[in-house]
Amino acid sequence: MPNRYKSFFDKFTNFAFVIPALVLFCIFNIYTFLDLFCLSFLKWDGLVGGASQFMGLKNYWAVFQDGIWWSSVWHAILITFLALTLQNLLALLLALCVDKIIRGQTVYKVIFFLPPVLSGIVVGLIWDWIFNGDYGLLNHWLTLLHLDQITRAWLADPLTAIYAVAFIHMWKGFGWGFVILLAGLQNIDMELYEASEMDGASWWSKSRYITIPLMIPIFVIVSILTILGTMQIYDLIVSTTRGGPGYHTEVPITRILHSMHGMQNYGYAAAQGIVFGIILLIVSLGQIHFSKKFKQD
Amino acid sequence: MILGRFLFGALKNVIAVPLIAFFLASMCCGGGGKKEEKCNGIVVWHWMTDRHETLLKLANQYKAETGKEVRFELNAPSDLYTTKVIAAAQTGSLPEIFGVLGGSPDMARFINKNYIHNLTQDMEINGAEWKNYFFLRALEMNAFQEGNQWKVPAGIYGVPIDVTNIQMLYNKDIFEKAGIIKIPETWAEFIQAGDIIKEKTGEHFFVSGFGETWIINSMVMNFAYNLMGEEKIIKTFKGDVLYTDPDWIAVFSKFKEMVDHKFFASGVVTMINKSAERLFATGKAAITYNGSWCVNVYKSMNPKLNYAAMFFPRISDQFPVVIQGGAGSSFVVSENSAKKEEAIQFLKWLTTKNVQITLATDTSNLPSNKSAVGKMSIILDTFAKNMDNTIHPSALPCLEDPSVEEAIARGIQSIIIGETTPEKMAETLQTLKQKIKAQNA
Repeated sequence: MPNRYKSFFDKFTNFAFVIPALVLFCIFNIYTFLDLFCLSFLKWDGLVGGASQFMGLKNYWAVFQDGIWWSSVWHAILITFLALTLQNLLALLLALCVDKIIRGQTVYKVIFFLPPVLSGIVVGLIWDWIFNGDYGLLNHWLTLLHLDQITRAWLADPLTAIYAVAFIHMWKGFGWGFVILLAGLQNIDMELYEASEMDGASWWSKSRYITIPLMIPIFVIVSILTILGTMQIYDLIVSTTRGGPGYHTEVPITRILHSMHGMQNYGYAAAQGIVFGIILLIVSLGQIHFSKKFKQD
Repeated sequence: MILGRFLFGALKNVIAVPLIAFFLASMCCGGGGKKEEKCNGIVVWHWMTDRHETLLKLANQYKAETGKEVRFELNAPSDLYTTKVIAAAQTGSLPEIFGVLGGSPDMARFINKNYIHNLTQDMEINGAEWKNYFFLRALEMNAFQEGNQWKVPAGIYGVPIDVTNIQMLYNKDIFEKAGIIKIPETWAEFIQAGDIIKEKTGEHFFVSGFGETWIINSMVMNFAYNLMGEEKIIKTFKGDVLYTDPDWIAVFSKFKEMVDHKFFASGVVTMINKSAERLFATGKAAITYNGSWCVNVYKSMNPKLNYAAMFFPRISDQFPVVIQGGAGSSFVVSENSAKKEEAIQFLKWLTTKNVQITLATDTSNLPSNKSAVGKMSIILDTFAKNMDNTIHPSALPCLEDPSVEEAIARGIQSIIIGETTPEKMAETLQTLKQKIKAQNA
C-alpha cells in the first residue's frame, strides 16, 4: 500500500473510533438543541399531529416581560451565591482539616460524601420534617434553648423559605466540593512545602504562594459545578415548598415545567430554556474569566 | 518493536470496522432492554399503584369468564405515566386502553389528534344501557359538549372506573371534647365551631394540603359556586366578569377570615396533602378538606381514627352548595388499535355492578357504577351519596387559563401568609387575565 493511502487509512481509522460517540453526540445534543431552538419560535402543545403556530420572537418577548420568571431566576442566583460562598467555604475548611489527618481519612470522606449520594426528594422530605412548624426538630431545639420567639414554619414563612431551601441545598451539596477540593490538595507535591519550609516560609506564605495558585483550577471546577448544579435546582424545591409560599421559592426549572405541563406551551418553555441556558453560559464564562485573571495576578 | 507496532496497527484496523458497524447497528435497532412478553389480548396502561393487584385479579377473572386475555401494565408515578403516554402517542405505540391525566384540555388534545375513540355510539346502544351505569358527573368529565372551547366533536370519550369527590372531614373526638354536637352547615357555624375548638382543645382547626394548588383551587370554586353560581363563573373565565367583582373578593375573603381566626395549621401554605393527611390522622387537626381516596389513607395511617364526612359549609343562600367531584380514574380506547371492539367489551365488563363492587371493596374507592353504592363502609357511602351534588371544572364548556388558575392558588397562599389582601389579589388576577387576553389576541 502506498504511503499516502496508508497515512489516510490510519487517520480514518483513528477518526472511525470517534464516529459512534460523535453520532450519538450529534443526535442527542446538537440535534436536540437545534430542535429546541426552533421550538422556541413556535406555539406548540406537545403532541405530534397538530399544527404548531409560528410566533416569531413573541415567546422571547413574553419571557422578558414575565416577572415571575425573573424572580425565579433571582431565587436561583441567590441560592447559587450562598452555595458558592458558604457551601464551598465549608467544603474547603473540611478538606483542609481532613488533608492533615493521617488516620481515619476514609471515614470522614464517607461521612461528608453521604448527603450528596442521597436522593434530593428524600433529603427534601427529611428537612421538611426538621423545619416543620408544629413537630419539627429545629423548633423543638429552639424551644429547649428558650428561643420560642423565633420558632416558625421555616419553609412556609416568606422571610425564611428561600434561605431554608438554600440551607438544605448546601447541606446536600458540600460533599461534592469537599471530595474534589481534597483530591486537589492531595495532588500538591509535598516537596514544594518542604522546600519553602527550608526557606523559612510561614503558613500564610505557603498558602499564598503554593496552595492557592495550585488550587485555582480546582476552585474553577468546583465553582462551575456549583453554579450549574445550583442554578438547576429542582428536586429539593418539589419535595419541600413546590415553589411556595406564593412564588417565594420558584426557580427556573419549576417555571419551565409549569409552562410545559401546566400551560401546555412547549414553545414558551423552550424559550425559557434558551434564555436560562444563555444566563448559565454567561455566568460560567464570567467565572472562568475571573479565575484566569485571578491566577495571572 | 516494529513488529509490535505493525500488529497493533493491523489489530486496530481489524477491530475498527466491526466495532463501528456494531455501534451503528445497535443505534438503529435500539437498546437491549427487557424484552416484553407478547400479549395476544388487550393491553391496558394505568398509573394506579393502589389498584394494581385488584386489576390483575379482575383480569384473571375476565379471562376465566370469557377466555380473553387482558394485561394491565402499571406505570407510576403519574408524571412518568403522562410522559410515557405522550411519547407513545408521538410514536404511534399507544396500547388498546389507556388513561389521559390532566383533565379536559389534555383529553381534548388527544381527541383532536385522533388518538382516542369516540364511545358515544357504544354508550347509547340498547337504550343507553351502558351509559346508565354511571353517575352523571362521572360521565360529564369524560364527555364534551357541543361548542366546547377545544372544538372537540360532542360525545363521550372516556369510561370512568371509579369516582371521587372532595369534602370536609371532621374528627369526632375533637368535636366531642369541645362539646360541639351540631356539625356546622353554614359559614357562621363553621367559624363558631373553629373558635370553640381552638379555645377548648388547643388543636388546629383546619388543615389541608395547600402546598398543592389544586386543593386551594377546588375550595375557591366551592365558595364561588355557592356565592355566584356557574353562569357567573363561566362569564369570568370568558373575561366578561372581572375578578375585581365584589363576589370574587368575597370568595377570597373567606380565606382571610380563616387567617384572622387563626384556623390554619402552621406551614399549611407549603404543606403537601400527605402531610396534611398525617396531621388529621394523628388527631392534630379538627377539620380537613380532602378527597374520597383519603379513606384508604387514613385506614393505613390510623385505623382507630374516629371521623366522618361533613358537607361543605354554606356561605350564601343564593345558589346551592356544590362540591368538586366527578370521575376519579377513567380509561379511553385507542382510536388506532386493531382490537377496539375487544377493548370496549372489556371496559363494559369492568364497569358492571359486581365487578365495580369488587373494585370498590378491595380498594376503598367510590364505584363509578351507581348501582354499586350501598355495599361499602359508612364513610364511603357518605361520600358516594353526595355525588349528585358534585361538579368538576373540567366538565365546564370553558376553562380558566392555567396561569390564572395558578395565580389564584398562589394568591390565596399569599393571603394566608399575610402578604396580600383579597382586594389586591383580585387586582393582580385581573391584570394577569387582561395580559393573557392581549397575548391571545
